[in-house]
Amino acid sequence: MSALLTVRDLAVAYNGVPAVQPTSLTVAAGGIVTVIGANGAGKSTLLNALMGILPAHGAVSIDGEPVQHLAVEGRFDRGIALVPEKRELFTTMSVEDNLRLGRFRLRAEGRVASAGALERIYGLFPRLAERRRQLAGTLSGGERQMLAMGRALMGRPRLLMLDEPSLGLAPLIVRDIFRIVVELRNAGVAVLLVEQNARAALKIADYGYVLENGAVVLEGPSAQLQADSRIVETYLGISQAAAAALA
Amino acid sequence: MSARLLQVAALALCLAVPLVPGLPSFWITLLNYIGLYAMVTLGLVVLTGVGGMTSFGQAMFVGFGAYTTAIATTRYGLSPWLTLPLAMLTTGFCAWIIGVVTLRLSGHYLPLGTIAWNVALFFIFGNLDFFARYDGISGIPPLTIGSIVFSDGASMYYLIWLTLAVMIIATQNLLASRVGRAIRALRGGVIAAEAFGVDTARAKMLAFIYAALLAAVSGWLYAHLQRAVNPTPFNLSASIEYLLMAVVGGAGSVWGAILGAGLVTVVRDQLQDILPRLLGAQGNFETIAFGIILVAILQTAREGLWPHIAQLASWVKPAGRSHAAAGALAPCGRPEPQAAAPLLEVVGLRKVFGGLVAVNDVSFAVDRGEIVGLIGPNGAGKSTTFDLITGISPPTAGEIRFGGEAIAGERSRAVARRGIARTFQHVRLVPSMSVIENVALGAHLRGRAGALAGITRLDQAEERRIFAEAARQLGRVGLGEMADRPATSLALGQQRIVEIARALCLDPVLLLLDEPAAGLRHREKAELAELLRRLKGEGLSILLVEHDMDFVMGLTDRLVVMEFGTKLAEGDPATVRANPAVIDAYLGGVT
Amino acid sequence: MDLSILLILVQDGVINGAIYALLALSLVLVFTVTRVIFIPQGEFVSFGALTLAFLERGQAPGTLWLLVGLGVAAAIFELMGARRQLTPRLVARILAVDMALPIAISALTLWLAPQKLGVVVQVLLALAIITPIGAYLYRVAYQPLAGASVLVLLIASIGVHLALTGLGLVFFGAEGSRTDGFSSAMFDMGQLMVSGQSLWIVGITLGLVGALAAFFELTLLGKALRATAVNRLGARLVGIAPALSGAIAFTLAAFLGALSGVLVSPITTIYYDTGFIVGLKGFVAAIIAGLASYPLAGAAAIVVGIIEALSSYWASAFKEVIVFLVIIPVLLWRSWRAPVIEEEE
Repeated sequence: MSALLTVRDLAVAYNGVPAVQPTSLTVAAGGIVTVIGANGAGKSTLLNALMGILPAHGAVSIDGEPVQHLAVEGRFDRGIALVPEKRELFTTMSVEDNLRLGRFRLRAEGRVASAGALERIYGLFPRLAERRRQLAGTLSGGERQMLAMGRALMGRPRLLMLDEPSLGLAPLIVRDIFRIVVELRNAGVAVLLVEQNARAALKIADYGYVLENGAVVLEGPSAQLQADSRIVETYLGISQAAAAALA
Repeated sequence: MSARLLQVAALALCLAVPLVPGLPSFWITLLNYIGLYAMVTLGLVVLTGVGGMTSFGQAMFVGFGAYTTAIATTRYGLSPWLTLPLAMLTTGFCAWIIGVVTLRLSGHYLPLGTIAWNVALFFIFGNLDFFARYDGISGIPPLTIGSIVFSDGASMYYLIWLTLAVMIIATQNLLASRVGRAIRALRGGVIAAEAFGVDTARAKMLAFIYAALLAAVSGWLYAHLQRAVNPTPFNLSASIEYLLMAVVGGAGSVWGAILGAGLVTVVRDQLQDILPRLLGAQGNFETIAFGIILVAILQTAREGLWPHIAQLASWVKPAGRSHAAAGALAPCGRPEPQAAAPLLEVVGLRKVFGGLVAVNDVSFAVDRGEIVGLIGPNGAGKSTTFDLITGISPPTAGEIRFGGEAIAGERSRAVARRGIARTFQHVRLVPSMSVIENVALGAHLRGRAGALAGITRLDQAEERRIFAEAARQLGRVGLGEMADRPATSLALGQQRIVEIARALCLDPVLLLLDEPAAGLRHREKAELAELLRRLKGEGLSILLVEHDMDFVMGLTDRLVVMEFGTKLAEGDPATVRANPAVIDAYLGGVT
Repeated sequence: MDLSILLILVQDGVINGAIYALLALSLVLVFTVTRVIFIPQGEFVSFGALTLAFLERGQAPGTLWLLVGLGVAAAIFELMGARRQLTPRLVARILAVDMALPIAISALTLWLAPQKLGVVVQVLLALAIITPIGAYLYRVAYQPLAGASVLVLLIASIGVHLALTGLGLVFFGAEGSRTDGFSSAMFDMGQLMVSGQSLWIVGITLGLVGALAAFFELTLLGKALRATAVNRLGARLVGIAPALSGAIAFTLAAFLGALSGVLVSPITTIYYDTGFIVGLKGFVAAIIAGLASYPLAGAAAIVVGIIEALSSYWASAFKEVIVFLVIIPVLLWRSWRAPVIEEEE
């Protein structure tokens, strides 16, 4: 598979203090790649830097085209979309308006195309269809996550970056969201998934990176990482005994 | 060359200026105005550059000072030396009133409010007989000391620049003092400052009144220099010009104020000469240049010009401070919590944010000398629980008892006074202060010195004790070497440890640590665990939120597990670890 | 005071209030979308009114210089900002919007002004000259400060206000002007004489409020502006550039300001610096509305107009004092409701 996203030596610093050490990673077209690690390891910082929200050093390219000099909007136009940890919805506007705004850059395609895109998103997230007239601020946590993902998908991204999609959600809803992530991959959207819920992430990902103190300390196909005892012990945060009890 | 020495040299140079033979008196006049403007701008340094507030009403305060002495001397025959305190009193009172109305509101209401006040005051000055309307008041007597009459520019020059020198020293002293640290914490550290007992509303008011008082003195001098007042120099445009001076020079330092006042005054003088000739008409055309300069400075050098000049003079050594032991700092005066009840008891605690239940009827307790861990997945409500206990936000329902006394709903200042200190998940250090100054903020409640003591340096004994205590706590957490580094130059993990030192400075009974080990390397984590055990050994109780299971397993006496705002389990680490529900929740239950 | 005087005062108040409402709406719009407290809003009022006055006299207004000068400056800023990804198409677009457009408007004005083609053409020209200035001003003064705090943006606003006021003096001189107005008709309505011009003012205000509401509720562009106001980062994440929203907001503000000037100039003499005080009254209304709510800002503006009219009857010398001190009780009320600790931005 060809590389869709290529990141070379990306580094982020706050006030001269490094938050992400020079990091390289790739996401294949149509693949799911996950970045796992403890709280404060620099996962969200990495995604925000990739989206252009935070200033960073290093090279980022999508499909071979360098984007590191572009602002957030420019990267969005090149097909990178981010669903941030805080979702960043338009809370005082309706669900449908939120989704329509996801196609702001494609508005020249006209009403018919827009209606079609909206129906596809409602097909993916039937809950949103039921709530289409409701204000986004009144949605539950799971619905907010769905809306944030739906809004990002309205812009037809090539790469969807998800920051802690399971954060604060009940297991049943997490399962739903991860199922949709797999569906997206099958529909040809590449996914870069940052998760604290390492087990769930590794289960659906093709490849994984483990971040610690802002640096990649381990990487590999997710099956291999899942079996790695160091991961189980250190990054999944439980001892072997507990893992065994769980298994 | 030390900075102190340089300052003294600069002052001496200033005082020698009128002695230069053949200096046109026009230049003396210009320098007099620069001095008067610099006083007002100095106030803006404290208010805007340090305190992060802005006023477009400083000219109005100058007007209060000028009109007070004008009316009192011409109509009531008061001595000008009596009208100085009167002018300060009037202005201070007016500033207090205006402050009460606007200071509690978020940032932009103060400037907008002061614009309205300034415009309104201008019309009041100009329309009331009491202020002699737009004609103004003339015949103000000159200042005299014995037989010396300050009736010309050269004699006033000394008075003005000596006053300015006193103000510069007073301002520097104030900013370095306990109260000054509180003012400096307003920019970027309000929540943390409140959590250590700083009354930030009071600090804001203090900065505002201080700036107004400097303006009042400037106005008083102005009235006796001009010997006449009318409303025009106190209108909104003048207030805007003061802010321009602060921005151009650099509101972050007292020298920026002088530089800005000087530059703007000289440039205006030149432009008022050139522009009308160029444009062939009369008018205040210099405002065009000023407006463009203001925007350009904000776009290209937001900190003003002074920092760039100061960089050229990097050979000047900053005045260092030694943190040698200087006697013990008194403990925080407070009633000791009753021995009978558990130290901290939380019963049915509940917090609802707009329909979302963040903390759902949670109950637990922390006993004396115990380390309790609060764990659970991200978003489980742990940090919110901390905020409720420390009074950062009030609980929707439920009880919090500390040593048997109900403390739910108390403000974080009051909670700090009881001996509860905390650290924050998102580090809250004041970026503009050094590591040790940040730590010293933690000892705020153990000091007494007010603004006056700070200005006059009568607080030095206490200050030395505060800094010795801060140094001791920094040493205790193993960061003694870092004391004088800027707080933001440390790695994030170390900044968390600085927060622990700051918390220890409060001399707490209970320590609340929010993810203290995040961002630390393995060895550092081990050292932190060692430190916390030692603190426990000294009788301190600790409640901590942590993600690193290994860290809490080895350290805590008991664990409380939360998920979706609800308590899931409680018990000793071994029991909790074996609980399948906990493992499921904590690791994410997607199976 | 009898009823007829009261009615006249209220009528005056409502007419002025309508103008303040237009300004207050622009201020709320600009603040919510860009976080800029737009002090220079009032300058557009003076510029609009005095530009029209010059056109009525058959003269080319000095604002043409500002239009072309700011356009060129905007083009330079734009070309510099995008220097690493310039394409021929982009360069052509920048030159068309920032240079060809102002030059075309200027040429048209220079051609049409001496012909004195009547009030409609003159009003349209005045609006065409002032409106693009809003966007150029945003590009040159505010866009480079996009990440700055509200306070820094406010200080920049003060700078823009200083520069524009000074330029107003250069362009128009210290003399005030009045324009002819759309209508000199008078209608007798019982106890009240209503002028055609005041009906125009109230009518156009109502029409514009309706049009703005439709723009924000029904069009995707209007919704994009609202989205930026609600959540700036969220808007960027769907490709709505703050620069675009900012330019639109400022263009609308300039248009509304210039229109207010055009509407009010037949009933009040406008000087180069009148707009500032008029704008501040719009601010009083906007502050009462917390710089957030459009309906509240509009209603507050009418109240401000009526208070001003009443106080000009009872205490004309203190008219301005009373109007500006109206915000004090409002601030007090907001202050009491504010949380104890206000977190920094």
